[in-house]
Amino acid sequence: MSRGVGLALVLAGAVAVILAAPLIGPVSLPFSVLTDPFGADPSSRIFWQIRVPRVVAAFLGGAGLAVGGAVFQAVFRNPLATPYILGVAAGASFGVAAVARIGVGVVILGLGLQSWSALAGALLAVAVVWLVTKLRPDAATSTLLLAGVSLNFFFSSLILFLQYTASFADAYRVLRWLMGGLGGVDASAVVQMTPFVVLGMAVIFSFGRELDLLATGSELAASRGVAVARTRTTLFVATSVMVGGVVAACGPIGFVGMMSPHICRMLLGPGHRLLLPASAVFGGAFLVLCDVAARTLVAPAELPVGVITAFLGAPFFLWLLLRK
Amino acid sequence: MAVTGGRPRLATHGLRVSLGGTGVLNGVDLEVGAGELLAIIGPNGAGKSTLLRTLDGLQPSYAGGVEVDGRPVGGYRRRELARVVSFVPQNDVPADDYTVRAFVEMGRYPHLAAWSALTAEDRRAVDEALELTEIEHLTARSMKTLSGGERQRVWIAAALAQGGTILLLDEPTSFLDYRHQVQILDLLGRLHAEGGYTVVAVTHDLNGLVADADSVLGLVDGRVEFSGPPAALFDGAVLARIFGSDFVLVAGGRHGLPLVMPARVGS
Repeated sequence: MSRGVGLALVLAGAVAVILAAPLIGPVSLPFSVLTDPFGADPSSRIFWQIRVPRVVAAFLGGAGLAVGGAVFQAVFRNPLATPYILGVAAGASFGVAAVARIGVGVVILGLGLQSWSALAGALLAVAVVWLVTKLRPDAATSTLLLAGVSLNFFFSSLILFLQYTASFADAYRVLRWLMGGLGGVDASAVVQMTPFVVLGMAVIFSFGRELDLLATGSELAASRGVAVARTRTTLFVATSVMVGGVVAACGPIGFVGMMSPHICRMLLGPGHRLLLPASAVFGGAFLVLCDVAARTLVAPAELPVGVITAFLGAPFFLWLLLRK
Repeated sequence: MAVTGGRPRLATHGLRVSLGGTGVLNGVDLEVGAGELLAIIGPNGAGKSTLLRTLDGLQPSYAGGVEVDGRPVGGYRRRELARVVSFVPQNDVPADDYTVRAFVEMGRYPHLAAWSALTAEDRRAVDEALELTEIEHLTARSMKTLSGGERQRVWIAAALAQGGTILLLDEPTSFLDYRHQVQILDLLGRLHAEGGYTVVAVTHDLNGLVADADSVLGLVDGRVEFSGPPAALFDGAVLARIFGSDFVLVAGGRHGLPLVMPARVGS
């Protein structure tokens, strides 16, 4: 299949999914809601105030996680090394859980404390990953992945501690959020998430050529003129910002960041100037699709979308491991 | 022959590098003139690759001086150095799924701004590099599908596309079969003789690359054990000092030099 066909497929699929998604759900909506954005009619309210923000949030979240995955896969030269696997999402989760436990609601620069603490947690996890690569520059990727596993366990233990010492209601709230879900996501969550995702992507998209070179090896990249240390640090911070913002709103949704760039790479080739935006579109549409499944499979109840992405993603992970 | 006189393009003075507390280079002095072909030889672990990496500014900490065109290598910005010096590392592993053309175009990185497309000048440099290395027919192929010899030529093409005239190569003919070894040697010979490139190559190929060189640097334990023309190197005692092994020399090598091969006990 040619790359042009691949690109057309990704774009057409994404547009179809995004247009159809808000119309699908436990309550069937008439098409008339489309022309009535401010109507008092319940159908119109469900469409414009619940489903549309949710679809937008799912798209932004999926896009952010996919681009973050593409960056880490290139920098670490391994399709398994994504922010989620390396503990960045767990770090962000710990940040959110800590705020939930302390129970302070503060707004800084228009964004809730939850977003800032998720960002701090993500940065903390990335700092640990960065330290591992700094201390062991020639470490095998397996070392890095094991460091990520231990980091995940570490943050899990901290989160469990917070939950254990929390009230039953708080503990349940954190647990529910940790499953990764878009159930409570509304327009304000979209507003909270957008600056993180947009800022992160703006930075990352300008590093397409550098990512191509890093993917062929950091020493070769340096020899070709890339300021490797500065580039890596910038990319790590931008990815943390993006993943932190997404996790604060949607919870730690796994495997989107691993599958989306990998599938796009198979369809469109490895060049990052195309791969990054394509991964964003694919990952966004993929999470929207998973969320449609999440709210229809056991309707009128709802599944956390993280359950679905992990259900699809874990076998994909195994397939990647066994393929070589 | 080398264009002698004038400022050396590459120079080290008392260069010392230690990795993990062990001295890898222990005071290396080196000068490479414009258009010269220098072969670096020595036993495994002598510090050859480290020396090459240091010349390209890839070794973060060292003592002593390393100069490119008379300026300390540490004083260059990475982009700026990349426009002068190109490095072809050992590449016994296939690269990603990039096409040959995409991979060679990556060599233009030091000439490009973040969002800019390739200019006509960039395309010309890429086409020239493809032509010089005779791989125009491979441009649409994936890097994954290349043979070792094809891959080596693509890596050299990418280095040429970078636009510098100093070429550093780490064992360019290792891992290759004989036909591809000859192709790479011919290519390096052309670049050196006709292209005016200054070439530094780490190699074990005494009868090929070393015999073609203008001068040879023999490293042992991070020290310069030999420095001079190939004719002076091709001597049983000198070779034994460098490699710690006896050699047999017979007539019939390139440029009137003898052919050398390691002697085996009992042969």
